[in-house]
Amino acid sequence: MDFLVFQYPMITVQACLDGILLGVLFALIAYGMALQWGVMNIINIAQGDLVILGGYIAYFMYLYGIHPAWGVIVAPVIMYFVGIAIYKLVINKVVDRDLFISILATFGISILFMQLMNFAFGADVVLANSGYGTTMLFDSNVVLPNSKIFSAFISILFAACLVIYMKKSKLGRAIRATAQNARAAKILGVDTEKVYAATFGINAALCGVAGALISITFTIHPYMGLPYTIRSFMIVIVAGLGNLPGVAMSGMGLGVFEEFADYILGTEFRIGSVFLLLVLILVYRRFKLSRKREYLK
Amino acid sequence: MNKNNLVLYSGILIFGLAAPFLFPAFKVQLSILCVLIVLATTWNIQGGEMGYNSFGNILFYGLGMYLCASVQVGMFFPLAEWTESGGEKTFVHTPTQFFQGMAVGLVVAAIVPTIVAGLIGYSILGLRGHYFAICTLGLGVAAGEISGGIEIIGAGQGFTTPPFPDVGSLEARGEFFYFLSFFTLILTFIAVRSIYSTRFKLILNAIRDNEDKAEAMGIETMKYKIIGWMISAFFCGLAGGIMGGLVGYIDSTDVAFDGREMGVFMVLMAILGGKGTLWGPIIGATIFHIFKEGFWTFFLGWQYVALGVLIVVIVIYFPEGIMGWLREKYPERFGEVVDEKDRKAQVELK
Repeated sequence: MDFLVFQYPMITVQACLDGILLGVLFALIAYGMALQWGVMNIINIAQGDLVILGGYIAYFMYLYGIHPAWGVIVAPVIMYFVGIAIYKLVINKVVDRDLFISILATFGISILFMQLMNFAFGADVVLANSGYGTTMLFDSNVVLPNSKIFSAFISILFAACLVIYMKKSKLGRAIRATAQNARAAKILGVDTEKVYAATFGINAALCGVAGALISITFTIHPYMGLPYTIRSFMIVIVAGLGNLPGVAMSGMGLGVFEEFADYILGTEFRIGSVFLLLVLILVYRRFKLSRKREYLK
Repeated sequence: MNKNNLVLYSGILIFGLAAPFLFPAFKVQLSILCVLIVLATTWNIQGGEMGYNSFGNILFYGLGMYLCASVQVGMFFPLAEWTESGGEKTFVHTPTQFFQGMAVGLVVAAIVPTIVAGLIGYSILGLRGHYFAICTLGLGVAAGEISGGIEIIGAGQGFTTPPFPDVGSLEARGEFFYFLSFFTLILTFIAVRSIYSTRFKLILNAIRDNEDKAEAMGIETMKYKIIGWMISAFFCGLAGGIMGGLVGYIDSTDVAFDGREMGVFMVLMAILGGKGTLWGPIIGATIFHIFKEGFWTFFLGWQYVALGVLIVVIVIYFPEGIMGWLREKYPERFGEVVDEKDRKAQVELK
C-alpha cells in the first residue's frame, strides 16, 4: 500500500486516468447542483439519492434483459418527472424561506429516498454489467474499462447539449433570467414557478444520467447518496456558481484526489477523506476571505 | 423564581426521581429521553440562540462515547486486546473498577470534546449560514468514516462497552443509568437556565440577529461563538458517554457518529419544540421520543421512511415549533406587551 505510487509510476498514470474519468461524472452531478443552486438558491442534500435512484433504473433495465446503456436515455426521462414531483410536493414550499429550512427539508427527502430504495431494491451492492470489455494501454500496464470511457463520453455529451440548450432555447433563457433576478424576470412575464419546476426537473434528469452511468461503471447501494451530494457541493464551491470550465476542472481534480487517497490511505478512508477535504476547503476559503474581512455567503 | 415555577420544578423533580419505580419497564426509554433532552437543549444554545445551525454536534457526542468507553476499559485492561475480539469475556470489571472507570471516563468524555470544539471553533465558526451547516455535516460524517478505520477502538466491527458488574440486583443497571442521565439532565437544565439569564444569552441573540452589527457594536463575536459551541460540546460529550454505557455497544457510523439518526434528531427536536426557547427543546424532545417509539414499534422497518416524512412535514409546516406557535397565540403569557388595536387590525387584515 504505502509507497506503491512512487515505486511504480504506472500506478500514478492509472490513478490519474481513473480519476479524470470519474471526475467527469462528478462534474456532471455538480453541474446540476450549480444550476438549481444558482436559480433557486437551494442546496439539495437529496442530490446524491437522485443519482442512486437513476442508477437503480438502469440496473432494473439490466435485470430485465435490456442493455443498461439504454438507461442513459430512460433514466433522465423518469427522473425528470420525479424531480418535478419533488418540486411540487416539497421544494416549492421552501424556495423563498431560510436556507437552513431547505437544507433540512431536502435532508428529510434524502432519508426518505434512501430508505425507500433500501426496501425496493435491497441493501446489496449491485452493478449493471455492460460487457464492454477493457482497453490496455502502455504495454498492458494501465487497464481502463471501456465502460468508464463510455460514461465520460456520454457525460460530456449531455453537458454540452445542456449548455447549448440553456443558451439557445426559450426555457433556457427564462432559467438564466430567473437566476439573475427572479423578481425582474417575473415582472417581464416569466412564469418563475414553471422555471423553478423545470430547473429542478433538469437537475434530477442530469442526476439520472449520472446515476445510470455510475451503475454501469461502478457500483450502487441505497446508502451511497450522501457522498455524491458532498462531492458536488464541494465542486460547486471550489468552482463558483456559473463557472462551467471550473466545474469540469475541479470535478476531475476531485476524482484524481480520490484515486490517490484510495491508493495512499487505503479504501476504508476514501469517503472519510472526501468529507475531510470538504471541511479543509471551506476552512481554507474562510481564512482567505477573512483577510479581506469578508465571509462565504 | 415565582411560586408557579417552584411548584412546576419540584413536580418535575419528584416525578423524575419516582419514575423508575413507577414505570420499571420504561427505565431505558426514560434514560434515552433524558439524553435526548440534553442533546436538544444544548443544540439549541448554538442552533437556536446563536443562529449557527450545526449538523456536527454528533461529532462531540460520538467522541464522548468512544472516550468514555476507552477510558473505562483502558484504565484497567489492555484496550487493544479488549476490542480485538471477545475481550469483554476474558476481562471482567469489578464493581469498584466499573464505577471508577465510568466516573473518570465521563469527565474525560466531557472535557476532551470541549477542548476539540475550542480548537476547531476558530476555523469552523468563521463560516456562516448554510456553509456552516454543510461543513459541520461533513465533519460529523468524516469522523464516523475515519473512526470506522481505526483498529484500536474496534474499527468496523464495533466496540463493546464494559458490561454492568454484578451488584446483586437485576434492576441495578437500569436504575444506575437512569439516575445518571437524569442528574445530567438536571445539571444541563440548571446550567442552560442560568446561562439564559445572563448577558451572554443577549450576546448570542445579537449574533443570531445580525452578526456584523454585533461586531460593530464592539462585541468580540468570535470569542462568544466559540464559548457557545464549547458549552454545547461539553454536554454533548457527557450525553455521549452515558449513551455508550446505556447501549452497551459502539459502532462507528450506526451508534456513535450517527449523523443520519441522532445528528438529525437533535436538530429536529429543537425545531419541533421551538428554536431559541428554554422549554421548546424539552417539549420537542419529549413529544419526538414518544412519536419515535410509536413509529419504531408499530411501523418496524418503515421507521426511516416515517422519519423522512416527519422531517419534511415539521420543517414545512411547523418551522416555528410548538413554543413559537404558542407564542403567536398567547403573546401575553410570554411577557410581550400587545396593543389591542394592533391585534384587531392584524385580525382584520387576515
